[in-house]
Amino acid sequence: MSRAKSIKTATDSAERAAGRKAWWDSYKAGLKYAFHVISHPFDGFWDLAHEHKGNLAVANTFLFLFLLNRVLKLLCTNFQFISAPVQHINIFEEAFSLLIPFLVLCLANWAMTTLFDGKGRFKDIYIAMCYALIPIWLIQLPLILVSNMLAFDEASFYSVLMSISVIWAAFLAFVGLMEVHDYSPGKTFVFLIVTVVGAAIILFLVLVFFSLLSDALGYFISMYREIVYRLY
Amino acid sequence: MTRMKRVLTCLMCVLLLVCETTALADDSYDLNKDGFSTSYTYGYDYWGDVQASPDAYRVSEVIDSVHLGLDLLDGKRMNKPQALFARGNDLYVCDTGNNRILQIRYEENGEYSLQRIIDKVNIGGELSDIKSPYDVYVDEQDNIYVADYGNFRVVKMDKDLNWILEFTKPSDATFDQNLDFLPKKIVIDNAGRLYALVQNVNKGLVKFEADGVFTGFIGANNVVVSTAEYIWKRYFQTQEQRSKSEAFVPTEYENICIDKDGFIYATNTVFSEYDLKWDNAKPVRRLNGVGTDILIKNDRYPPIGDLYWEEQTNNQVYGPSRFTDITVFDNDIYVLVDRIRGRIFGYDSQGIMLWAFGTKGNIDGAFNGAVSIEHMGYDLFVLDQLKGNITVFKPTEYGTKIYSAIETYLAGDYDSSATLWNEVMKLNANYPMAFRGIGRALLRQDKFKEAMDYFERAHDRDNYGRAFKLYRKEWVEKNVWWIVLILAVLLLIPVISGRINRMKWEVIMHEQSKVHKDGN
Repeated sequence: MSRAKSIKTATDSAERAAGRKAWWDSYKAGLKYAFHVISHPFDGFWDLAHEHKGNLAVANTFLFLFLLNRVLKLLCTNFQFISAPVQHINIFEEAFSLLIPFLVLCLANWAMTTLFDGKGRFKDIYIAMCYALIPIWLIQLPLILVSNMLAFDEASFYSVLMSISVIWAAFLAFVGLMEVHDYSPGKTFVFLIVTVVGAAIILFLVLVFFSLLSDALGYFISMYREIVYRLY
Repeated sequence: MTRMKRVLTCLMCVLLLVCETTALADDSYDLNKDGFSTSYTYGYDYWGDVQASPDAYRVSEVIDSVHLGLDLLDGKRMNKPQALFARGNDLYVCDTGNNRILQIRYEENGEYSLQRIIDKVNIGGELSDIKSPYDVYVDEQDNIYVADYGNFRVVKMDKDLNWILEFTKPSDATFDQNLDFLPKKIVIDNAGRLYALVQNVNKGLVKFEADGVFTGFIGANNVVVSTAEYIWKRYFQTQEQRSKSEAFVPTEYENICIDKDGFIYATNTVFSEYDLKWDNAKPVRRLNGVGTDILIKNDRYPPIGDLYWEEQTNNQVYGPSRFTDITVFDNDIYVLVDRIRGRIFGYDSQGIMLWAFGTKGNIDGAFNGAVSIEHMGYDLFVLDQLKGNITVFKPTEYGTKIYSAIETYLAGDYDSSATLWNEVMKLNANYPMAFRGIGRALLRQDKFKEAMDYFERAHDRDNYGRAFKLYRKEWVEKNVWWIVLILAVLLLIPVISGRINRMKWEVIMHEQSKVHKDGN
């Protein structure tokens, strides 16, 4: 009995180790594939969504690096290139101010495109957008270090690289959406605008929901107070 | 029971402490008995946060009608005085409500006396009254110019009050002949030309040659129209609506002043808060000969006085600073007076705020209706039209050190300037100017790292970059062999490892070929 159990646990742990290795291998493959995506976006994003080459763990890593880049940029860039009042900065606030719009925009895009025969599922959109963020941190993280080796009149170097990272990422996001949903460029552009409108509607609904919730809570609280007041 | 008591006492103590701190935190309205609080004088740091500062100026005297002896003389106290002018040791006060000008002698030691009362001008033996004078100017030859508002003229007289010349309404077509000539503020340049700020004239300053001939307008305010407003008016309003809505006209200046080089400084108080934020309002201007604004603004914030203000409430104190007057020292430092909060702001020639102080109120050092400011040396004189008195401010040790540090720097004596800035820094560790001054001197002594440190504190990017470049050069020169070594290693490693791999591969291929041969 005890032997059988021990054998079972042995195969279990072996299986688990193999599973872990497989996971780790697919994670590494995903990381490697990311560089294919940013250099060959049309091909890369198509396979990402339709050949299941996307990896959620890798996408989460990229998103985390993107948020980390934001925080590190504010804290560690040389003061010549950035005006960040460090004494007033809350790093969680800064990170969430990027994370929440990102998620809301993904959600809005998914909500809108499913209605107009977009092929992408929410997971596909999320992964594609996380991959599209790569150039931002890929260029800006080293740039934080470089900013501490530059003088003020060399700022053009800094700003050019900065804009390259943003333009590249914007291009990737556009191509990513196009390939994931199998849309034409014109339709993708229209749906970018529609997405922003959708995000605004989501924001509005959330605000309405919370204000109604607080009103409802307020009603019950005041009723409770009234009852307590009467009873005593 | 005793424990309860102790807890209660503790609580009371905490409460008292909280009350005390809130009382201190409320800045300008909580003044000590001597009229000064910790934040009577203040400045803004790089982030625009208010930083309390040592006093740059303190009240030395308050000159009022009683002390001048006006009560005993004719019983007429100063009534709505509008302007102040200083020349030599003489202070001229336009006692507008009483149709006269008071000439006051002010000595260095703080003694003052009424010299004479100017209320008439002698035109060839005939005495002509002055009627509600709004401004007075005295040139180097002691000729007195009076903006004789009530008589529609600017009159020039010699020091014995004999009439010399009159500047009256120009007959030129460019001057609207339906308007009365109502001069409010005047300045005279070195060549004797008169620049007058005339009420209801929005084409700029009215300019007269020394012989009284009108030669045009200079420095008209630009009309600021927002795009949205323009589109609305141009395309959506009907003709009737357009004719009924207010027209876009340039605004008039509030006050003018001339510096030693003949540039006119003008202040403007008619603007919207929105324009101020993007520096479209330009509340202070330095006009050159053709009326272009050439004021230098090298700071992060333009010279607009207070950076933050309350929105309009029932309280009288609201909105941005509105500068009623300006005076310029010989070292191009200019001082502005704000009528909204009774505050005085000093800026250096680069547009960097040196200090700000003042408040509303009745105690010495506070104002109800600050209307005009003048200087003698570094002493400041502020005229309050509602209180009818003149407050004399003298610079403290701190203020004097700032001035001499700036002046020694301008004179090219950088090392003693740095010594002075060091002393300023000891008095006020929140003063970016001091850090910058010390940094500059350190940079000159080739102490790049230390200079960078000070420039970073001052948030001076330009100078930091300069120091950093030199520091980087020095660092590279010192560590050049290490850099070469590391680069060489980085380049050689792939080459060597590639060769090793190749050799391994060749060995393997050789072995395999042997195996094949053996097989055959």
